[in-house]
Parts: sequence; structure tokens; C-alpha cells
Amino acid sequence: MSGLRPTGDTGEPGGATPDDGPVVDAGHEVTTYLCIGCPLGCRLEVEESAEHEIVEVRGFSCRRGERFARQEHTDPRRTVTTTVAVTGARIPRLPVRTAAPLPKGLVRALCDRLASVRVAAPVRRGEVVLADALGSGIDVVASRDLDRTDAG
Amino acid sequence: MSASRPARPRRVYDVAVVGAGPAGMAAAAGARQAGAERVLLVDREPETGGILNQCIHSGFGLHHFGEELTGPEFAQRAFAEMVDDGLDVLTDSFVVDRDADDELSVMSAEHGVLRVAAGAIVLASGARERTRGAIRIPGSRPAGVMTAGLAQHLVNVRGLLPGRRAVILGSGDIGLIMARRLTLEGIEVAGVFELLAHANGLTRNIVECLDDFDIPLHLSTTVVEVHGRDRVEGVTVAPVGPGLEPLLDRARFVPCDTVLLSIGLLPEAELARSLGARIDPVTRGPVVSSTMETTRPGVFAAGNSVHIHDLVDFVVEEAQLAGRSAAAHVLGGSAPRDNVTLVPGENVRYCVPHTISTDREHTVYLRVRRPLERSWLRLGDAYEKRLRYVVPAEMVTVKVRPRFLEGFSSEALRVDVVPREEG
Amino acid sequence: MSARGTIPREVDVAVVGGGVVGCAIARALSQFELDVCLIDRETDVGFGTSKANSGIIHAGHHSASGTLKGTLEWAGNQQWGPLADELGIGFERVGDLTVAFDEDEVATLERLRRQAVEREVPGVELWDGPRLRREEPNLSPEIVAGLFAPSTGVINPYEACFALAEDAVANGVSLLLDAPVHSIDVVPDGLALGLPEGTVQARVVVNAAGLGADRIEAMVGLHTFDLVARKGEEYLLDKRLEGLVRRIVFPCPTPTSKGTLVIPTFDGTIMIGPTAVDVDDRDDLTTTSDGAAQVLRAARRLVPGISPGDCIAEFAGVRAVATTNDFVIGATEVPGFVNVAGIQSPGLTAAPAIAELATRLVAEQGLALSPEPSPVPFERCPVPVRDLDGATRAERASADPAFGRVVCRCELVTEGEVRGAIRRGATTLDGVKFRTRAGMGRCQGGSCTWRVMEALSAETGRPVDALTKRGGDSWLVLRREDPMIDGATS
Repeated sequence: MSGLRPTGDTGEPGGATPDDGPVVDAGHEVTTYLCIGCPLGCRLEVEESAEHEIVEVRGFSCRRGERFARQEHTDPRRTVTTTVAVTGARIPRLPVRTAAPLPKGLVRALCDRLASVRVAAPVRRGEVVLADALGSGIDVVASRDLDRTDAG
Repeated sequence: MSASRPARPRRVYDVAVVGAGPAGMAAAAGARQAGAERVLLVDREPETGGILNQCIHSGFGLHHFGEELTGPEFAQRAFAEMVDDGLDVLTDSFVVDRDADDELSVMSAEHGVLRVAAGAIVLASGARERTRGAIRIPGSRPAGVMTAGLAQHLVNVRGLLPGRRAVILGSGDIGLIMARRLTLEGIEVAGVFELLAHANGLTRNIVECLDDFDIPLHLSTTVVEVHGRDRVEGVTVAPVGPGLEPLLDRARFVPCDTVLLSIGLLPEAELARSLGARIDPVTRGPVVSSTMETTRPGVFAAGNSVHIHDLVDFVVEEAQLAGRSAAAHVLGGSAPRDNVTLVPGENVRYCVPHTISTDREHTVYLRVRRPLERSWLRLGDAYEKRLRYVVPAEMVTVKVRPRFLEGFSSEALRVDVVPREEG
Repeated sequence: MSARGTIPREVDVAVVGGGVVGCAIARALSQFELDVCLIDRETDVGFGTSKANSGIIHAGHHSASGTLKGTLEWAGNQQWGPLADELGIGFERVGDLTVAFDEDEVATLERLRRQAVEREVPGVELWDGPRLRREEPNLSPEIVAGLFAPSTGVINPYEACFALAEDAVANGVSLLLDAPVHSIDVVPDGLALGLPEGTVQARVVVNAAGLGADRIEAMVGLHTFDLVARKGEEYLLDKRLEGLVRRIVFPCPTPTSKGTLVIPTFDGTIMIGPTAVDVDDRDDLTTTSDGAAQVLRAARRLVPGISPGDCIAEFAGVRAVATTNDFVIGATEVPGFVNVAGIQSPGLTAAPAIAELATRLVAEQGLALSPEPSPVPFERCPVPVRDLDGATRAERASADPAFGRVVCRCELVTEGEVRGAIRRGATTLDGVKFRTRAGMGRCQGGSCTWRVMEALSAETGRPVDALTKRGGDSWLVLRREDPMIDGATS
């Protein structure tokens, strides 16, 4: 389960030991997330009804935490950064990123897709390397300029 | 020197900045903005940007640029902010030392040995990674044990893979980020092992780099032996007891062909040391004043070469100050001398700068020794401030204003971070 | 010039083992009109026991009287000066101090001093506390006296191996590396050595195979000695501590051990160690937490200013100790088979003298020794850039820009030097490291590894994924296995 706080081998300090938590209505499901907003690392709980509607968000210490829990629960997204092959440049790899956060479930598939992309220098930062990645509507763009060199 | 030898070319600058990573670029920009006419920026790599060029992940620049950038994006934008006609950039060039004539000796393929006379120097040479020798991991010495940063370079810049199955020792941010990188490149990450009971990296990296990919983080666990004659064949890991001593009766073997070390960074302070600047035994970087001047007048320092930062934005802030101060040193008009020494007290590992002046505002960076959920930051008896949650992995930043210290008359100001009771 | 020869079918002498002893023997033989080959199972010379040697050229008053090793020690010490000069390798007589913490130990020092006088080891003096404090202010204040021996020196054991082997190759010796000997057959007029890539027939075989010497001897049906593998762990300290001690510091010896030393190496780093632990596995090059604790404790007792945080690297070596506790050097009942085995400490010191002795033994096997009429003078390695002054550095860099580009920042090694080392025979990361020090400093290769790999690939024409740390299966990186590339045009 993603979002769970990691526990040590020993189950000793470091990992939050899961406690019994609040009483939850029948058919409701509680998912926990570790908040990434600040070092506090709040253990957030999202309670969902049997109809998959969010009933309650608990455990946050600030509004950002609550927002994060809702986003992470309903539509978790990640900015994907990786590299693609580039020819004609000083180095053989071009760093790239998604122009906006991508649905989390597509991260690995995108990396697999990018393994077969090759671009030719010169490249400019922001240039689209892969448009509408995996039909997500999100572009993959170059993270930097790379000039053409003779050595490539 | 005999007359027949070829002369070493010589250049004169107001300010010379050593290292063109985020700190060096910000220092150079700061020096130019403060009026230094001729500024030199030197770096040993073939391009500016320093380590940012291999940090292809995002998360840089939220404070400085107001958006989340990848390392290369940050480097390129910082370069664009800095570059101007009064600035010379020398890449693929290495500052060896300062010679008897007080001139920097810079080696490069292009210029051979260049002598640089500068009115002020800013050291921005960044950090190096702690290595296996620093923690003396027992076992054999096969290929495949490397720092996380070297692996990052091989994967992100050179497009090579360090191995097929990796173990990561240490939960520093580079290690966590490399766990994700390796996974996305099809390398199995058998686990991240952390000696301490808490992770060293940012929570965000634990979630996004480990949990997202079901990579286990084993806290209070360490590598007790490396196996393999030619190439790594595995490691023995064991949980540690309260005194961090390995509990060998609970050791187990983890097969792998690669061990990445993410066990901390150390300021690259050799030039500061060779210039005679005093080194803080805790930070391992030079002692600096509130203008980022080392104990050698005219020699300034900033960024990871002074103390290890978590956020590049603070590096930039600190380095701009160093650059401005270097310019002021050359042009005249340096700030008044500091009159208060900061003394790390309870639960404070170090403070940077090491001294401040009560007549103006300062940003003081400090690191705590142990996590506290609620705490007071105390500056002697003069001032106290609530802190929310402090952990060693995240630097604490405090603005110290003159009014905080009104009526304070001693020369040493103790800085404590102590528990705060509820209420 | 490549140091790696093709396999010769017939030679006069095959030296098995390319450690410092084998290299010294091959070089000594190369000065005569003989066909010689030097064979080692590793990918480079000196990559076995020699690599982990402490690098001390002992003065000759420590080892027990009446032994072969005692006799060859002082002779070797005297030969290293001119030899190092000729080969252009670093050698400095830094001197050593054997220290005493109490009156009993002072008595031992006095005994050693008399031994030095008997063996005509010059200049040995007993220093009192105040003198010690003046000469070596960082020694423990609890040390009451020290025995100073000025003729003790330090060298780089691997540098010695490289130079000896290079000189031998320049004078006609075939160097066969990655070549474990798997059989030796007695044939008419000699011995036939089975190697992975063929057979070499030699009139004389010199068994200088170190830890493998008993196995080599067994190949001709002999069992004249037994070996014990004795592991030693060494710890290297940050160069920042250079000058902490100027002389090698020995604790007062016990009947069984020279103890843990503090050694200012030729390169300016301080090394502490070694341990001495008998091990079953001869490939056991592991360092241990017990070893670290023991070495640090012992070193801090001598020099309290050393702290665990100063350690930048550690390594272990295994010495081949004969159960007689002396060198095993001599002809055997198998004609043409000569043993040079059990070369424990002070083997490095004694190596030139051992080579002289081995040359005589080879001659006694019936080979005529006529001096090579036109020996090739040794082409010395250029002085490292880090040891040059600014003007000379500039001169070197203007002649070849590669000598201006710094590859290893911790040890100030230039690309020109790295490429030079590869041209002189380095084929691996460790080969470059031990020839140039690139990767030996405080960052331990974190910043130069890639640059060295690039240079190795460029010079040898091998792709980076074919490079190794030190031969065998010590691969460094793998190539990506990407699927078909879209619209690939390269």
C-alpha cells in the first residue's frame, strides 16, 4: 500500500506503529497517507463510504495537509523526470520532465515509452520531446538546452 | 624562475568565485550586482551548474523562482540570471591553490596554468560525498560499491547502469532519489538501510521515491559486511541496538551486485583550509562571519562548501550575500564587524554564520541534534520563538533582528532548541 | 609500449608470480642474455600481496638473528637506494622510531640497539623523552624512550612492481598477465607450464607465486614447505594529517609481532596497521570491525591525535608465511625448479637481494649468465604534476594540454598522466589508480572515476562496459538495453 509510513525491521522507533484508530462505520474504508508538506509528516486518514465518497479526512495539522490527502486519495499525480537518448550532443542523455504532474499509475509506463525516444541536438529547454504522453494530455519536455557538438 | 620558461598568463579581477554550481553562480551575480566590475567564475566541469546538472529530479527553486524546477532547469535559469558582460566564466578549469604572491593558480587544458589576482575570493566548491572508508564498512573490496552521486552521474548523464540489483545504505536524499531512478531504469532496489531510527531524507522523498515503488526502508539497520571478490555479490545487514551496535545474531544476507552509499556530504573545504581559514570541526567547513567571510580577510565562502544545505534556495540566498560582501570588501563599505559569537547550545549541532552583529538583521541557519515535535528556539535569555517540528534532516532557518537582542551585551550568544510543553 | 606480451613457446626462465619479488627477479634476469617470461594470474603486476604491503624498507635490526630473512633484509635495504634512483621511483629514508612505554620496554630497545651494532646498521640511537618530544611532538606523552634508526625508508610497493616489470619488459621479458598456471609437466630439458592460452616450456622455473607457491610446487610433485595465510588490515588517514609523525613509529616488539605501526607513507598519507591474523581462505581480503578497532586503538596509543574520523580508506592483504617462519629460497630435487617462497616481512625490503640470490640459483641450474650487451635504459615515469612547481606545471601543460586538465582533484592528477599510465600498461581502474593516485584521495574516486573510465576507453578502444576495476569479473557498469529507438538516425 502506498503512502504508508515505513517501519523499521524491528518495528521499533522510526515507523509509526499502527494503532487501532477510530471506530469506522461498516462498509467504510480508511486509507492512510504520509503528508509530504512539511517535516511533521502527519499521518493522514481518508475515510470513504461504501459508495466511494470521502466521508472524512483526519490527522492533518494544516489546510495544505487536508488538500494533499484529498488529492492523493482521489487523483494522485507525480512529476516524472527521466532521460532520453540524444545524439549529436556532448553527453548521450537529455534530461526530460512532464510539463505537469502525471497520474501516478502512468509513471512506469511513461518511462518504458521514453526508453524508445531519441532526439537530436540541438535541443532547447521546454522543447516537447513527447507530446500528449500516453494520451494523458501532458507533454514531456526537455529539461535543459543541449548544443550540437561535432563529437556527438 | 628561469627566464626561458614560458610565462604563465595572468589576469586581474575584483572578485574570483571558485565553483560554478548554484552557490558560485549566485555569488558571482551578487558580486556584480553590488558593483564589482570584473568577476571571474571558475569551475572544473565543462559547464556551469555544478551538481544540479545531474539532479534531473524536480523540487528545486520553489523559493527562488516561485516554481518547482528540475536541477538542470534551475541551473540554466540561474545562469541566465547571472550572465553579463562583466563576468568571465572559465570552465574545465581547476583552482589548485594560492601561490606565494597571493594569486590563485588555475589549471586547464585551454590556458595551462593561469594566475589570477583577485581583490576578494568566494569559495563555492560545494561538497563531496562520504565514502565507504569514512564509516569503515567491513568486508571485501569488490567493484560495485559507489557513492549515490557517482551512480547518479552514470545513470543520468552517461546513460549507463551501475548494476542489476542494488542495496542503498543511508537514507539521505540522494540515496532516496537514486532508489527511484534505478527502479525506473529497471534495476531492482532490494532496500534502503538506515543506521538511525529516523530517515535522513525529506518526507516527500520517502513517499515519492520509496513508497510509490514499494521499496522497503529498513530503519535502525545497517550493512555489516560487503561480500564478493571481483564484483559485489551481496551484503550482510543487521539491525542495530540502542547504542547503534549491530545485533549480529539477527543478521541476514541480501544478494545484490551494487551498493550505493548515501551516508552524507562533507564540505569541500580544502582550498579554505590551504588558505589558512579556520575550519569548524562540526560543519567541517570554514568558520564564517555574518557577511560569509572566513577567518582569512577577503576570502568568503558559501553554500555546501560551508555547511550542508537541504534546499538550493538557501544556498542561493547565502551565496548572494557572500558575493555582495566580496564586492564590498573590494570597493570599500564592508559592514561593521560582528560583535556576537553564536554558541550552539542544547540540541543545536551548529549555527551558520558563526558570528553576527547586533546592528542588523541576519538569517541564521542551524541544525538540531534530535527531533522535537514542539520546541522553543532560544537566543540566550534575550529572545525565544516557537518552532513547530524540528528534525536533524531539515535545516532550521531563523531571522535574527536587532530588536531581538536589545539590551544584550555579552559577546557570546547561546542558541538552544528545547522541548516546549503543550499549551 | 604495451607491457603485455604474446605467449612465447620456449624460454630459458619462467618466473611464476608478478609480485615485487617476481618482478625484481625478472628484471635482474633481463640484464642477461636470457629469454625470460614473467607470469601472473592477476590482471596487473603487484595485484596480489604486494599491493597491500606497508611500503617499509626496514633498517635490518628488527628481524631475528641467524635467519635468511635477517641476512637479506639489510642487503636489500642497501640496494633499494640505487635501485629506486635508477627506476625513478619514490624512496625516502624517513627513519623509524621504536618506542617504549616503560623500563622493561626500554630494555628491549637497548637489546635492539646492540643487535643494530652487531649488524652494522648505522646511526641507530636511543632517544630520551625530551628528545622524542622535540622530534615528534605528536607522540603520546606516555612514551618514555625511542630507538631511532635513520636508514629505514618508505616506498610505494606497487610503484616498485610497475617499474621493475616495465624495465624487465623493455629488456625483453615477456609479461603474461591474467595467466594462472594450471599445470607444470616435467619434459626433456625443462618444464612445461600450462596456461589458459597455451603452453610455455622453460628450462628453469622460479616459483615466486606468493600465496600460490605451495600449489605451484605441488604441480611438480613437491611438498617442501607449508604456508600459512596471514591477513593484515591497514587503514589510510586523510592527507590533512600529513606531518603528524615524520618517522615510522613501531611499538616495542613482542616475541611474536612487530605490532601496529604508524607509517608516514611516501605519498604523504598516514597509514596505520597492520593486523596479523591467520586465515583459512587465502582470498580473504576482508576488513573487519575488530581489525579496525584493534588498529585504531593501537595507533592512538602511539599517536593520540589520530581519530576514527580521519580514516579515508581501508584494505587488507594476505602474506604467505612459511611455517618455518623464514624465507624458503633454493633449488629443489626437481631439476630446473627453484623455490622463492614464504616471502613474508621483510620481503619488500629484501626483494633486490632475493633477486640477486635467485639469479645465482638460476645460473646453478646450468644457464650461462652473459650480460646483455646493449641493455635498454629505463624510461622513467615523468615527475607527477602535483610535485612540480607552478612554472614547470605551466611548461608541461603548454607542451601537452592534457597535462593542464585535472582529472583527480584530491590528488591533483591530470588527464595527461592518466593517459600516460594507460600507455605504460594500466588496463583497469585500479591499474590507473596505483600508477597515478587518481582515486586514492579523500573522495575515493567519487569525482574522477568517470573521467578515468573515459580515458581508459579512449586509449584502449574498449567500451566502458568492458572495463573493470581490477580484471576478472570486476565489471563497472552495464549498458542500457533500450528497445528499438523511434526514427533512429545516429
